[in-house]
Amino acid sequence: MHYAVLFLPLAGSILGYFGKSIKNSFAELVTTLFTSIAAILSIIIFYKGVNNSEYGNYKLFEWISSGNFTSNWSINIDPLSSIMLVVVTLVSALVHVYSIGYMSHDPHKPRFMSYLSLFTFSMLALVVSDNFLQLFFGWEGVGLCSYLLIGFWYKKNSANNAAIKAFIVNRIGDFGLAVGIFLIFQHMGTINFDEVFQLAQLHSDKKIIFLGLEGNFITIVCLFLFIGAMGKSAQFFLHTWLPDAMEGPTPVSALIHAATMVTAGVFLVVRCSPLFEYSEYALSVVAIVGMITAIFAASVALVQNDIKKIIAYSTCSQLGYMFFAAGIGAYHVAIFHLFTHAFFKALLFLGAGSVIHAFKDEQDIRNMGGVWKKLPYTHFLMLIGTLALTGFPFLSGFYSKDAIIEFAYFKNSTVGSYATSVGIFTAFLTAVYSWRLFFKTFYGSFNNKKFSINETHDSPFIMLLPLIILALGAIFAGYFFKDIFIGHDNQNFWQGSIFFLKENQHDHIPTWLLLITPILVTIAIPISYYYFIKNTKILEEFKNTNIPLHNFLINKWYVDELYDFTIVNPIKKLGLFLWKKGDQDTIDKFGPDGISKVIKFISNKAVQFQSGYIYDYAFVMLIGLSALITFLILN
Amino acid sequence: MIEIGLGHYLTLGAIVFFLGVIGIFLNRKNVIVILMSIELILLAVNINLISFSIFSGDILGQIFTMLILTVAAAEAAIGLAIIVVFYRNRGSIRVEDIHGMKG
Repeated sequence: MHYAVLFLPLAGSILGYFGKSIKNSFAELVTTLFTSIAAILSIIIFYKGVNNSEYGNYKLFEWISSGNFTSNWSINIDPLSSIMLVVVTLVSALVHVYSIGYMSHDPHKPRFMSYLSLFTFSMLALVVSDNFLQLFFGWEGVGLCSYLLIGFWYKKNSANNAAIKAFIVNRIGDFGLAVGIFLIFQHMGTINFDEVFQLAQLHSDKKIIFLGLEGNFITIVCLFLFIGAMGKSAQFFLHTWLPDAMEGPTPVSALIHAATMVTAGVFLVVRCSPLFEYSEYALSVVAIVGMITAIFAASVALVQNDIKKIIAYSTCSQLGYMFFAAGIGAYHVAIFHLFTHAFFKALLFLGAGSVIHAFKDEQDIRNMGGVWKKLPYTHFLMLIGTLALTGFPFLSGFYSKDAIIEFAYFKNSTVGSYATSVGIFTAFLTAVYSWRLFFKTFYGSFNNKKFSINETHDSPFIMLLPLIILALGAIFAGYFFKDIFIGHDNQNFWQGSIFFLKENQHDHIPTWLLLITPILVTIAIPISYYYFIKNTKILEEFKNTNIPLHNFLINKWYVDELYDFTIVNPIKKLGLFLWKKGDQDTIDKFGPDGISKVIKFISNKAVQFQSGYIYDYAFVMLIGLSALITFLILN
Repeated sequence: MIEIGLGHYLTLGAIVFFLGVIGIFLNRKNVIVILMSIELILLAVNINLISFSIFSGDILGQIFTMLILTVAAAEAAIGLAIIVVFYRNRGSIRVEDIHGMKG
């Protein structure tokens, strides 16, 4: 069963890709079927794990064995990976189903489905690994699939650029992860999770010298691992690729850039909790970066106009939540938020895809509006998604987000109190931008000039079905799983897959903290409706009087410009210089080009010798003969 | 009276030979002249062969000469045939016009 979960998507991918000559629908059928089976099996594994604690490590084969270095390919089922299995395969299966409808007019559908399945396989390999090497394999595999799928419409220049950007920015993070793994092996002599985590305490006070700087071993390792997590999870400084990645098809955004791949960073930090727990410093860095990302992405999302980019920044912001939850030591809450977030964010993305479909590939929310009666199902499902995202009481986002804020409050440290206020403030911002997106899309007047409102229509059933299932998850996942994941006896469930150095305190929650977030997100609804639909003039005036602020936000804090200025352009110039001066003017000039030029010159001269007149040839023959005879005679 | 010896014959042969060679090089007009020059060269060779044969008393040289004359006749026939075909194709047998091998 465990083998099937991992390898069914891979088989689906291969069959789908090479089966494209059979029939287009063959690839759809085989990939969707296989991932769906994997999803059902994962749910069974998860269920068995929760009820009967059926966990274990299933070794596939020994991958590398050299000296005292060994690493296996294995399927490691523990509480943490079983949750990830459910999230990955379930969302993946639903996205496969959705893609059948969404990509129905695309000529390269088999390739698309195959990539989706390949992604699923890589992600599964990542989450079930029991050592850093297999994790790294999955890490790179999902990066590759992300690249392939962002650039799926390879004829679009912007898609290619976005794909390359995603790949290169991720490379920086991956380098950090690789260095972290190297350091672990160098100082601990193993990269298997069990052994590394057991050795962590022994090494907790060890000092090492890295690049001439002395530092705590665990801290340095954790920081490097976190750089990897930052790249994959689009945290501030390495987040720039995520909004651009929206160039890919919408199902890809839902699967990779909302529910699964971008959460790999959170998974890594939680998986390495036995390391992070020994480094207060690294945890603070994680928390601070998470906070910055949460508030940054939420503020940028306030002013964006592309429906997918708003949701992308929202994802970025929610990932920030997960990181500062992990940073304050509430790993289980981070995973809980990851779990609920997968449902409602995939729901929002797929809903956005449905809207884009209805508006004939229009993505600008300024050109939408007034269609809630025309798209009743999409409207209703997006409403659920938005409510869940904003943390409206008793939907899934409410439980996980409030839990993060509460844990931050109980942390009783400087970072914790900052995290509390950032969490509450970002929750409010989240509510505002989510409702802005929702109201501008479905309410107000119909603003599209290209076609009339009657031409918009709801999506086919095959696209709505995954939305309905995700909506059920978005409503109930929080309520049903909160006791298991973050309840009082959660240690019973996690069974050491998450490590806490200190017991988390559980005091009585003050009433004001319990009420403030739900109240804020609830009053955000009428406020947003008033400002974005009823009375847009006030905001227009505010915008016009605060142009610098608006520009700052709409240009995403000028991070891209900063990178262009400090990194991209100098490197581009250096590259151009090396290409023009170094390669073309030096190596080529004196190397291959130079030699061929000399040969061409000589042969041009030699050609002139061939006059074509018989008497010239005869004359040369005579001269040659005379010379030969003279030579022979003289000898 | 001067005794006409081997040297005279050989000198004659050499003169005829060089006439032939110079005829090939200096002739810029007609391909047939080149053919005639080649015949001259062959004749010069024949003169040499015959004179050596007589002065050394060996009949072999004269047999060779007969052979060369026959071959030369055949060769002239073939050469003329080529020129006729060439003329049909190109409409000219001027030496300046024959430069198909120019690089």
